[in-house]
Amino acid sequence: MLRDEDRIFTNIYGFHGADLAAAKSRGDWDNTADLIRKGRDWVIEEVKSSGLRGRGGAGFPTGLKWSFMPKENDGRPHYLVVNADESEPGTCKDRDIMRHEPHKLLEGCLLAGFAMGAHACYIYVRGEFVREREALQRAVDEAYADGLLGKDAAGSGWAYDIYVHHGAGAYICGEETALIESLEGKKGMPRLKPPFPANVGLYGCPTTVNNVESIAVAPTICRRGASWFSGLGREGNTGTKLFCISGHVNRPSNVEEEMGIPLKELLEKHAGGVRGGWDNLLAVIPGGSSVPLLPKEICDTVLMDFDSLKDAQSGLGTAGVIVMDKSTDIVKAIARISHFYKHESCGQCTPCREGTGWMWRVMERLAAGRAQPREIDMLLQVTKQIEGHTICALGDAAAWPVQGLIRHFRPEIEARLAQSQTAEAAE
Amino acid sequence: MSERVNVTVDGIAVEVEPGTTILQACEAAGVEIPRFCYHERLSVAGNCRMCLVEVEKAPKPVASCAMPVAPDMVVNTQSESVKSAREGVMEFLLINHPLDCPICDQGGECDLQDQALGYGVDSSRFEDNKRAVEEKEMGPLVKTVMTRCIHCTRCVRFATEVAGVPEIGAIGRGEDMEITTYLEASLESEMSGNVIDLCPVGALTSKPYAFTARPWELRKTETIDAMDAVGSNIRVDVRGREVMRILPRDHDAVNEEWLSDKSRFVWDGLNTQRLDKPYLRVEGKLQATDWQRAFDAIATRLEAGAGQVAALAGDLVCTEGQFALKSLMEKLGSPHLDCRQDGAKLSGPRANYLFNTGIAGIEDADALLLIGTNPRLEAAVLNARIRKAWLAGHFPIAAIGQPSDLTYDAEFIGAGPQTLKELVDGKHGFAEVLAKAERPMLILGQGALAREDGAGIFAQALALAEKTGMISDGWNGFNVLHTAAGRVGGMDVGFLPGEDGRDRDGIIEGCKSGDISTVILYGADEIDRAELGDAFVIYVGSHGDRGAHGADVILPAAAYTEKQAIYVNTEGRAQMTERAAFPPGDAREDWKIFRALSDRLGVTLEFDTVDTLRTAMFEHAPQLARLDELVPAGSPETPVAALPDLDEAGFAPVITDYYFTNPVARASATMAACAEARRTRAKAVGGTGTDG
Repeated sequence: MLRDEDRIFTNIYGFHGADLAAAKSRGDWDNTADLIRKGRDWVIEEVKSSGLRGRGGAGFPTGLKWSFMPKENDGRPHYLVVNADESEPGTCKDRDIMRHEPHKLLEGCLLAGFAMGAHACYIYVRGEFVREREALQRAVDEAYADGLLGKDAAGSGWAYDIYVHHGAGAYICGEETALIESLEGKKGMPRLKPPFPANVGLYGCPTTVNNVESIAVAPTICRRGASWFSGLGREGNTGTKLFCISGHVNRPSNVEEEMGIPLKELLEKHAGGVRGGWDNLLAVIPGGSSVPLLPKEICDTVLMDFDSLKDAQSGLGTAGVIVMDKSTDIVKAIARISHFYKHESCGQCTPCREGTGWMWRVMERLAAGRAQPREIDMLLQVTKQIEGHTICALGDAAAWPVQGLIRHFRPEIEARLAQSQTAEAAE
Repeated sequence: MSERVNVTVDGIAVEVEPGTTILQACEAAGVEIPRFCYHERLSVAGNCRMCLVEVEKAPKPVASCAMPVAPDMVVNTQSESVKSAREGVMEFLLINHPLDCPICDQGGECDLQDQALGYGVDSSRFEDNKRAVEEKEMGPLVKTVMTRCIHCTRCVRFATEVAGVPEIGAIGRGEDMEITTYLEASLESEMSGNVIDLCPVGALTSKPYAFTARPWELRKTETIDAMDAVGSNIRVDVRGREVMRILPRDHDAVNEEWLSDKSRFVWDGLNTQRLDKPYLRVEGKLQATDWQRAFDAIATRLEAGAGQVAALAGDLVCTEGQFALKSLMEKLGSPHLDCRQDGAKLSGPRANYLFNTGIAGIEDADALLLIGTNPRLEAAVLNARIRKAWLAGHFPIAAIGQPSDLTYDAEFIGAGPQTLKELVDGKHGFAEVLAKAERPMLILGQGALAREDGAGIFAQALALAEKTGMISDGWNGFNVLHTAAGRVGGMDVGFLPGEDGRDRDGIIEGCKSGDISTVILYGADEIDRAELGDAFVIYVGSHGDRGAHGADVILPAAAYTEKQAIYVNTEGRAQMTERAAFPPGDAREDWKIFRALSDRLGVTLEFDTVDTLRTAMFEHAPQLARLDELVPAGSPETPVAALPDLDEAGFAPVITDYYFTNPVARASATMAACAEARRTRAKAVGGTGTDG
């Protein structure tokens, strides 16, 4: 279990003030200028060797991503864009950072922006997050008033501006290129890659889009040293992580834990255990709605980090842990997730536009027992037709939960179809 | 140029330019990639996912239309994974497609139909209800069946990029995404019909053509358009003797693959209001007659010899006809002939009346001045080329004339000749822009030339061109934009006043004064009959329009789709039309009429076949023999005659109603519907419209 002194988000529950003075008392904005004076390469190297992997879901090494930004400005400005469009069902970590630890995020913005040669940063806040945006804006105003942002940010000599932008509430705008489109005032539709944002991003300029949590942990990493961060967790899956535990547990919560903590330990120590005891567990979706679920026998032993969950044919995603006990109608639950992706598909490319609706309709019928057994295999094929064939990852995100269901609960579905057929025959 | 890149496609090694997409590299290797959203003249959308291919070392299939090649890339388009990816996409496209091919106008020429043959299966696994989408009203030209839409967004990209009217877009998202127009009105564009060609399925089809024919029952003739002076390459589809539709053909140097709405939809005008037999005015009323009597009446009139005979040629006439009539006039000993029925003050060497830069040359230019022209209405396809150059960047455009929306940013710097004079004197800032540009160009429109001081304006424009370095070795930026398909041909064959001959104004004056007693109006419908006084009017043409109404004898001729004839476009490009259908009834090809008439008048013309006519014509104008070539015309020359003083009046628009510029268009119900739709739209949207 993570020791208290290794916690980065010491006010994630909001027990203390979120204002600048309180943040400073927790160590935020402590000699930020010194960190900046160590230079751009030092910051990137520090984040690289800390082993920090992006906290938004894909787990791409953050330092490496920053290093993709052009070393020299070619006349175009560089931009840092912070993805605060936290919309993944089951995930609620970024909102607590914005509400209770906004200064960690802002300081991270300055460091990261400096490391990539950016003088401007846009924080794209999810449309539904009204209070969060207000909290963030309050913190930005405080930071400007205190000279932490502006022409000479935190006395570092680096000019830095942060703009808080409010989205309109579309899941797809959490996809980095759709977010950029939306930020530019266009429809939130993902762009084709290449070119990648590091080359042609916001307004055609080099841009890096990072998740809130990835940015917010950067100052602490720089301050305490890469080796401290990489000493936590395991090789390739270092550091601490905010887990969002929801569903059928006794105490749903957000908690910062070491990467690689066993799922069982995470649920029992921090969420009061599964409702009705561990044996009452049916399945867990370990990383937000888009990753395949895990049945109890895997949950017994699986470790909560990128590689372990990948080996278990699932993913850490956003670490939104959705727990379902045996009272759950698992088919119906996944059907609901399918509806979500059908609703949030942007409609741009064919497999996702047509496939998400198809999957949802079949899922609804499977849930109701109104389907032929052969449709299970057909549905699996449809998910394969979507997966990997779309412009962005939403197609994959829609396909995986269904794949996970069929992989682990096929007998359950078949039994349901058989049951309804018998019932029909009896009538 | 950077080094070429080696790519292997299905084991075939090809060398391509860096930046080429995989799809283009595949085409270079002779491997065809199925596609719906990709179109080479539009931006890349990458949304249909039909063009997925396998690239070695790439974790998943890549959209070949969007991905640039990398050195030593190995592409596989025939693997099992590519096949299943394409079949998957095809299945997705079909689950919500109505499959109403038997009642769909796209049937037989549908990309989805064709590719379903290769990648589709014969039964559907989709057991739920198909999506139904409400129709969208897009005006009198474009019929919509939006349930068939596969969301490729070609129409959206065309409207935004090529037509420059960002009025088509998608609303909704996911499977509820729908393509529609702003306020569900017709596009405020003269190019809107092109979305029909671009639509890979039957979502956008031709409204006037709806349910009238199937593509396989049409006889297709490749020919040239005559609705403007662009000389767009077209294909005329005919069933029996009736033109059923007109489509554009590819010609990169002329119309790329676009066609203006008038050229595309005017075909019903070819079938109505036709002159199908000769007419003779008897006691004030036109009566049908036969060729013999009509010729007799003309002979009687000319033999009476009360005054002189004159001839005016109109906008849609061919070079052969004009050459034949000119030869006839020579035989009759009359020097009074003019092809400039609008009175444009054009004369001198060829370079004085051509679009010397060439249409494709616009893309090489780096500054543009428009003088008394609205290319959007006068030559919509050429205007799209200007927009293309403008979109590419670094193309400042200024205009002198009545301000209007040209689909690109043009700075309207003045109204008339005074501004032009200021430019010549270097008193206006844009003169410097032109001087600094490496390949500046100007376009002189008929609005500046068809006026009393036209020759003076011409001289000023030429002075400006010379002063700002528009004419140099290898670059000629001095351009005249014509609006009439027949004009350059007329100028080329010398359908102009002979020695001591009268020009258009002179002929009209002569008619009023009685010096001229007989006028042959060869397709000249823009001449006011009242101005011709008591003159005996012989109308030779295809449509019962203004010219025919006031005529004393009508000789029915062939329309541009009914003869093999040479038309010369505004660039000076000679192109040959082909006969798609026969002229109706007793109507005959133009030159044959003049040949027969010459016989009756006892001044028989030497040629009795079209070949001998052309031989004679080519002797006079050898450039006409070089079909589809741009024969360099040298440098324009300032007219030697005394120049008139410049008037202060601003340049008036040449076209006041785009849909009604010539007899064929005026006979078309479709064009009338378009004009009406534009008026309604102007009221509904509250815009000003650009129809003047």
